[in-house]
Order: sequence, then structure tokens, then C-alpha cells
Amino acid sequence: MQKLERKELVDLLRQMLLMRRFEEKCAEMYAMGKIGGFLHLYIGQEAVAAGAISVLRPDDYVIASYREHGHALARGCDPRKIMAELFGRADGLCKGKGGSMHLFDKTHNFLGGHAIVAGQIPIGTGAAFASQYEGKDQVTLCFFGDAAVNQGVFHEALNLAALWHLPIVYICENNRYGMGTAVERATPVRELYRRAEAYGMPGETVDGMDVLAVRECVGSAVERARRERIPSLIEAKTYRFRGHSMADPGTYRTKEEIEREKQRDPLVLFRDYLTAEAMIKESDWKVLEKEIRVTVEEAVRYADASAEPPVEWLCTDVYVSER
Amino acid sequence: MAIITYREALNQALREEMRRDPRVFLMGEEVGLYQGAYKVSQGLLEEFGPKRVIDTPISEAGFTGVGIGAAMVGLRPIVEMMTFNFALVAIDQIVNQAAKILYMSGGQYNVPMVIRGPGGPAHQLAAQHSQSMESYFYHVPGLKIVRPGTPKDAKGLLKSAIRDDDPVIFIESELLYGTKGEVPDGDYTIPLGVGDIKREGRDVTIVAYSTMLLLALQAAEELEKEGISVEVVDPRTLRPLDTELILESVKKTNRAVVMESGAGFGGIGTVIGEIISEQAFDYLDAPVERVTGANAPTPYAKNLERAKIPSKERLIAAVKKVLAV
Repeated sequence: MQKLERKELVDLLRQMLLMRRFEEKCAEMYAMGKIGGFLHLYIGQEAVAAGAISVLRPDDYVIASYREHGHALARGCDPRKIMAELFGRADGLCKGKGGSMHLFDKTHNFLGGHAIVAGQIPIGTGAAFASQYEGKDQVTLCFFGDAAVNQGVFHEALNLAALWHLPIVYICENNRYGMGTAVERATPVRELYRRAEAYGMPGETVDGMDVLAVRECVGSAVERARRERIPSLIEAKTYRFRGHSMADPGTYRTKEEIEREKQRDPLVLFRDYLTAEAMIKESDWKVLEKEIRVTVEEAVRYADASAEPPVEWLCTDVYVSER
Repeated sequence: MAIITYREALNQALREEMRRDPRVFLMGEEVGLYQGAYKVSQGLLEEFGPKRVIDTPISEAGFTGVGIGAAMVGLRPIVEMMTFNFALVAIDQIVNQAAKILYMSGGQYNVPMVIRGPGGPAHQLAAQHSQSMESYFYHVPGLKIVRPGTPKDAKGLLKSAIRDDDPVIFIESELLYGTKGEVPDGDYTIPLGVGDIKREGRDVTIVAYSTMLLLALQAAEELEKEGISVEVVDPRTLRPLDTELILESVKKTNRAVVMESGAGFGGIGTVIGEIISEQAFDYLDAPVERVTGANAPTPYAKNLERAKIPSKERLIAAVKKVLAV
């Protein structure tokens, strides 16, 4: 990978900070009852989406699970429209019909948030299939959690991708728990990237708390997919600082463990790295914080001002003819 | 008009649509080299090559999902289920993804794909290979369900299904592949959601599709000899359902028998019966009668299988019951 200029590095930091502050605001809005349903926060995992998506071109595809606010933001989706979607409003990305778990944005080739664990893996594979079919050099990034590797379609999709040489990079975000079930309680082979061996595709693991390491690793895999049509499986080792959703009893892990993991907060690590490298100063950070605060407040204002979807929309978008 | 088999009609539809639109491709188990488990895709590999006629491993959920993703970004996949029973392996992809993506995305991403293959009872294939799968799918908003009974309908409806912008479940029948019928020359389509009066009559309406349609036509012929005039309505697509056509016929005959090969409990007959009762109650001279498969898995033994599936005799008895003769 090419070494990043200062501006690009600061952009990455800005993006991670946006994810963090945006979602902290989401938690607040959830507590206020402005966001309903299931809300799965990405806090702690920001380096994965930020680093991985930073290597893509605008015409590449991204698909993710239901914990996808960060991926949507990293892809460039409008924070205002995401917040409006979370509020269930007409100006939301999906007109308020999708909600937190189903963010889609065609203008950014963001193929959605999918809420059946692993359900998006064959679909992302299909996007890669289409790129190959049409002779285009696009790449698909397909994100999922550690629990998804135990679903049948994970196996089916990776087998097909390897068999057909599809330009896709599978990114398993191993945050160590599928809801409340630790990886070691779900599969005997804990090195999830080794699943790649079964399909004869490259499998790698990367520190998912290190945004530049993720960028480097995914960057090589994306180039491999784009130039040589070799799919890859990357396991990004990360940790979710918040509960699985907003209703998480926290019975399956200790406070000490969470505190320990927070010592490797990807946002803090990257900020400290850039500070140590003299790329940013304390004052730059303050400016960034302020800028992001404005963006997030603006998103909330926009969502608040947006109307509820009219009841006439209930039965539209079921079929194209009734769109 | 040429007389061809149902199988040939489907093959022509696939061939013509693949010639017409390079975005259309066929994917499934044994569709290429093997020439199709039921020979529906015979010769397509030779004409279109392995890029567009794609043999898959036995991976229904996986390749159905691949079809969905490809459809979302602009291709028009035709996914073949060797038999529709295997679609249950892919039902999450079909119901949770294909059917809902347009809605969840607020209208941004549509899924123009066809999932097709044979379904319903055949000859002694036993419980896991003889189910009428339409009932698993017609409940789902976002899916369209096609159940053609004749070569002409099979071709015209498949062409429409391939051109449709929504996911279409297209269920053929092992028992119909070898049946023959007249098919119009040249390019023609039959719109989804438009039923067809397969036989006009005055005294009673039979609603039947797929293999049950053939049974209904035979029964109508026999009843004619007894002086009973039967109208046979073939809905052809179950969703959207041509309720107008069914209601018009019932309003004319004042009596209705609804047929289906699958188990009766929760079957399509309950839906059609309810529509008739709700919207044509004042026209009915007798309660709607249903002739359905037994509420049991399909057995292997010949005699038991015969008892499981609706017969012409049971249909004739039902017609006489609504006529009180």
C-alpha cells in the first residue's frame, strides 16, 4: 500500500471519530425513545470499517450485517439520512422502512445491512459474481461477525467464490462474542481465518484495533481480488465495547475484561499514533471534535425535523410496479 | 401454432430471453453439462456457453443468494431448483432477502430474478420430493408466484417472469414436462396476474392450476356428458391473483369448487374460498367446496399416493355436491 499523506490520515481519524460520536449520540437518542427496535452499536470496532473501506473505489460494493452504522458512514452515506432512518423518518436512507439494521444506499453502492446472521454473505458474493460477469474490475467487501462463520451460507458462499474466482474480500470482524456466546463456545477452531484453507483461498488475520494495519491487509486483498480475481478471508480481531444490542445483561463477560480491552481503544490508539508521529497536535484534535459534534448535532436536527413516513407508503415498495 | 411439449416451451422461453438480453443467465444444479435434470435447459450450454449457463455445486442457499446479489446490481438471474423441494434449503434467502430487499431499502434495490423448477406431486417420489411448494411462498409480500399448466402458458409466463422486475417463484411440474399443447409462433408473453378461462361453462366453476388443471378439464368433459356444464378457471399466477376473473365466473355459475394438489390445511383453496365467500357471497347457491391433497406427507406406496392426491372422482363428487345432484 502507498504511504498515506497527512490529509488522508486525518480523514481516517475523522471518520472513526464520526462513527464513535455518531453512535454515542444514537445511544442517547435510544434512551430518549427517539430510536426504537434493536440498536447494535459498533463502538470499539471502528478501525475495521474505516481501514477496510478506505481502500475502495466509489464503484466497488460494500455489504454488511445489522451492526452497520460504521460501514455506512465509512462508505460516505449522509449521517443526516442515517439518523433520520434510525428515527424512522421519511427522509431516512430507506424512507424509514429499514431502520438501524437495514441501511441501504444505492448512490454509494452500499448493499445493505442484513439482519439474519450470515444472510448477506451469499448476496455480497452475488455482487462480485455480477462484476465478473460484466467484465468489470470492481471488488466487493463483505463484512460479518464471528458468529456468521458457523452458519451454512458462509461455507456455501466462500466455496462458490473460490470455485468461480470472484473478486470479493470477506471480512470477519471477530469481536469475540456472537451475542453472548464466546467464539470458543461456538467453534473448536478459534483462528477463524483458517476457515479459508477449506476453500483454497488466502486467509489472514489482522489487528482490528489498528486502522492502518487493517487498511494494509485489506488493501492487499482488494488488489488481489481486483487484479487476479482471488477472493480472501480476513479475520479482524476486534472488540465491542458496548452490549450486543441496547438490551444486553452483560452476564457473559466481566467488567475487567471490558476495561482491559478498552485500553486498546482503536480511536485513542490512532489519535496517539498520529500525535506521536507529529501529524496532529492537541489543537487539531479539538478542531476535529468540534467539527464532528456539529455534524452529529446537524444529523439529529435533520432527523427531528423530518416527517414520519406517510401511511400511504405502507404498501409501496413491496413490488416494483407499486414503487 | 406449433404443438410442443411443456418442457420444450420452457426451453424456448429460456433460449429466447437469453438471446434477447445478455444480462439473463441460468444457474443451478446440472443445468449445463448434464443438460438439466429434467432436460428443460437442454442445448443451452452449447448455445450460450458456461458463462451464462452455470453449473453449481449442491448449494441452494448459496447460489440463490448469489442470484439475489447479482440481481441487485443489475443482472437478471434465473435460478433453477432441481426440484422445488430443495428451495426450502434456500428459504431464508428467498423470504428474508429476495422478497424484502426492495422494501427494506425504501425502493432503492429491486431483485429481478426468477427461481424456477418443478414442484407438486409426481410418481412415487415420496415425502421429500412431492410437495406443492407454492403455499410456502404465496404468503410472502414481495414474491410473485407462477404455476403454469399448459405449454403455451409456461412459455408466455416464463418470458414475463424473466422480464419482471421483482423476484418470481415459478413452479413447473415433473408430470407436465411431457404434456403437449399448442404454442403461438414467435415472441409472445402472458402477463403475470392474469388468469384464463380454460373451458367455458354455466353450472359450476372449478378453480384449478398446474396438474390439477388437467384433472379439472377431464372431469369437465365427463360431466358434460351428464349434462353438467363446468367452467374451468386457471389462475396461472397465485400472486398476484386474478380475483376478478374468479369472481366473475362464480357470479355467473353461482357455485365453486377449488382444487389444489397440496395438503388442504392452510392451502391456497382457503384463500380463494375466502375471497369468493367475502366478495361473492350473495351469488353463491352452495358453500364453496374444496378438493385438496390429504393432510399427510406424500407416501411412497402407489395406492397410498393415489389416495393422497386429489382424483377426478373426488372432483366430480365435489361438483355434484355443490350442485346437489
